[in-house]
Amino acid sequence: MLNCRGVTQLLSESLDRELSLSDRMNLKIHVMMCSGCRNFGRHMKVLREASSRYAVGEVPTQEEQSRTGERNA
Amino acid sequence: MNPDSQADLADPVFLSSLRSQMLKFAILHLQDDSAAEDAVQEALAGALKNARSFEQRSAIKTWVFGILKNKITDTLRQRQREAAFSSLDADSDADLEALFTKRGHWQRHERPVAWAQPLEDLHSAQFWLVFEACLHGLPDQQARVFTMREFLEMDSVEICDVLKMTTSNLHVVLYRARLRLRECLENTWFLEGEKPC
Repeated sequence: MLNCRGVTQLLSESLDRELSLSDRMNLKIHVMMCSGCRNFGRHMKVLREASSRYAVGEVPTQEEQSRTGERNA
Repeated sequence: MNPDSQADLADPVFLSSLRSQMLKFAILHLQDDSAAEDAVQEALAGALKNARSFEQRSAIKTWVFGILKNKITDTLRQRQREAAFSSLDADSDADLEALFTKRGHWQRHERPVAWAQPLEDLHSAQFWLVFEACLHGLPDQQARVFTMREFLEMDSVEICDVLKMTTSNLHVVLYRARLRLRECLENTWFLEGEKPC
């Protein structure tokens, strides 16, 4: 049986490789019962989204944000 | 919707802020100030030459960062002679072990909580300051591997090839980097200012 440590590692690996069917099943069952790991899985997606925006420079700087703020105000 | 790209690149404030973002990004990847300066210089030179074809700041920024990413990837590839990826840095990860009990379950107070509206936070400049601070808090190896994977979007095979590491090592390093980043974001951003109900 997978524990949270193993599950979080698999959730991370699922971003880098195709998991086996049995890994996916075990993940699903564990995540259904465990809110901590369920949240962890969501956070991995947020991390990936944040990283991909960061990589292309789609990040508002404070200077840009205050300028937009003034325009919208 | 009229921003004029030439005015933008002629705008010293925009240019210098763009340049410093690029430099920070390049240094993070290359861990070498002068190599980073070179990459940024070349990417900006390319951008200035083609400035006319871009209509908005965001388009310029995306494009320039795209060029920069390619330059960085080239430099990394040329560094095959780079010191072999040293063994996993287990000592510095003792704090990660403390997230779990001996039996591998979350410690009660470390269990990940639901983040409220994380995607909206991506529009906040303050969020990105926290994100960068967390990124800079990663151990060097983890930062290098994480940025190759997530920013340069290199696949596992390429990274293992450049860093001379095994796939399973790679997965462990990425896992630790993500575990650490998640923890840092949750503690310094998502829990900050939120009251438990």
